[in-house]
Amino acid sequence: MTMLPPENAGKKLGLVIDLDTCVGCHACAVNCKEWNTGGHSAPLPDDNPFGADASGVWFNRVHTYECGEDGNSRTVHFPRSCLHCENAACVAVCPTGASYKREEDGIVLVNEDICIGCKLCSWACPYGAREYDYDAGVMKKCTLCIDRIYNENLDEEDRVPACVSTCPANARHFGDLGDPNSDVSRLVAERGGVAPMEELGYKPVNRYLPPRPRRAGDDGGPQALQPVSPPDGSAADGLFRWIDRILSR
Amino acid sequence: MHPAYSVIVFTTFSGAGYGLLVCLALFGMTGGIEAERWLGITGFTLALTMITGGLLSSALHLGHPERAWRALSQWRSSWLSREGVLALATYLPALLLATNWIVFEEIEGAGYLFAMMTIVFSVLTVISTGMIYASLRTIRAWFNPHTVRVYLSFSLWTGALWFNLLAHLFGVHTPWVGVFMVVAGVLALFFKRKYWIFIDTHPVWVPPESALGLEGAGPVRQIAPPNTQENYVQKEMGYRIARKHMYSLRRTAFFGYFLIPWGVALLTIESEPVLRYAGAFVAVFAGMVGALVERWLFFAEAKHTANLYYGAESS
Repeated sequence: MTMLPPENAGKKLGLVIDLDTCVGCHACAVNCKEWNTGGHSAPLPDDNPFGADASGVWFNRVHTYECGEDGNSRTVHFPRSCLHCENAACVAVCPTGASYKREEDGIVLVNEDICIGCKLCSWACPYGAREYDYDAGVMKKCTLCIDRIYNENLDEEDRVPACVSTCPANARHFGDLGDPNSDVSRLVAERGGVAPMEELGYKPVNRYLPPRPRRAGDDGGPQALQPVSPPDGSAADGLFRWIDRILSR
Repeated sequence: MHPAYSVIVFTTFSGAGYGLLVCLALFGMTGGIEAERWLGITGFTLALTMITGGLLSSALHLGHPERAWRALSQWRSSWLSREGVLALATYLPALLLATNWIVFEEIEGAGYLFAMMTIVFSVLTVISTGMIYASLRTIRAWFNPHTVRVYLSFSLWTGALWFNLLAHLFGVHTPWVGVFMVVAGVLALFFKRKYWIFIDTHPVWVPPESALGLEGAGPVRQIAPPNTQENYVQKEMGYRIARKHMYSLRRTAFFGYFLIPWGVALLTIESEPVLRYAGAFVAVFAGMVGALVERWLFFAEAKHTANLYYGAESS
């Protein structure tokens, strides 16, 4: 049923992505592809992967931007995937009921058995998060790794989305954003987490933590190196200079 | 937005089909035209063929055409679903009206009801088609009240051109057909002009800074895209049209959908039969070509917010 579930104060599973620590390594995107090509929406097409015209479905893509100007700019890596909106237009426009939002945890999914491949949901998504599978003729999207997070065959600590488990910078966090006391909700409150294009009214669940402001006096350029201990003319200082001369021969 | 030919053909031809149905029903029930048998047979066949052909054309562009029937289920939330339901529902009064027209050669009694229902369902179907686009907040050029007005007025106008041709061919043309055509043409011109003025004066919807949630941190510029070759989103949503081509195509559309058919149909309305037929035919041909160009532009000019992530400056 593509009517959105009634809004409740229940579980809203989602991601919190730290734009301050993300190093843009694309590991989350790669591990996402790796897991999901064998997961709920398997297989993810990967046409001509080593050729000149590679194409395929990815649920997660990492963009890189320059933000700011006049020598005061910074690089921002922006991993982009489905934000599991509370007011998910992709679900409402679906004519068949294939796109749906789960009432119990808010995850937005596609039932590929009844999707007719009209692509209207991808037009309705402001974030470009849905990608069409030309081979299967159906729409595909991030499942929040529904086949990991509830998977009792995995160890407890591995029951997080593939992108979260693989991030080497710990820039990705998974949890219940509907619970104000959860770790992710606290993180969002502490760091001023934001929702992209909030003005459009889709009420995304995922949050992005903006880059931290620079420390005072830090203009982003390289700093002059300071000697660890400046020469002070003492006997020990002379000894070290003598050793340095010997070793430098 | 990528202009998909199946959708352009569908909306243009089914729009003309519903417009023609409205003309037949309206003129039939008011006595604005004689309910001549062959006009009925040809008119309803033509209208329903254009509608059915359009529906099939749009079903064929689906990834799974065999599942198309499922699209009738979500009418409570989806305009696409509503369009499907209403399109199917229109067949019933339209076929009843056609039968009434062809058998009795006059519309009265239950015929009035069939005609009224044909008009109401046709108009609602075209409104639903327009609303599929007008409900997408992601596309500024579509998310505005002008979109539905354009879909409705184009449907009526192209339908009126076909109706004018048929009325001439079957020798039952009346001044009211001409009046109706003139008004429908002016409406189509007026609403399309308003539409183009609107999208030219409302280009910015969302800035890229907002797409990243980083407003106030300075301008955002793409350094590296996530992929080396274009992905689905870029192909589907990222279609761009050069500004100079856009204006020349707008001129072409204007001549095609309005000026040529309106002028030719009016100039030849009282002339010799052969000239009348030729004029009405040229008007239909130019009108349909112009409407196809207009519909193509409707897609090509539309910018989707997802492009912001791929270096677009505004959407």
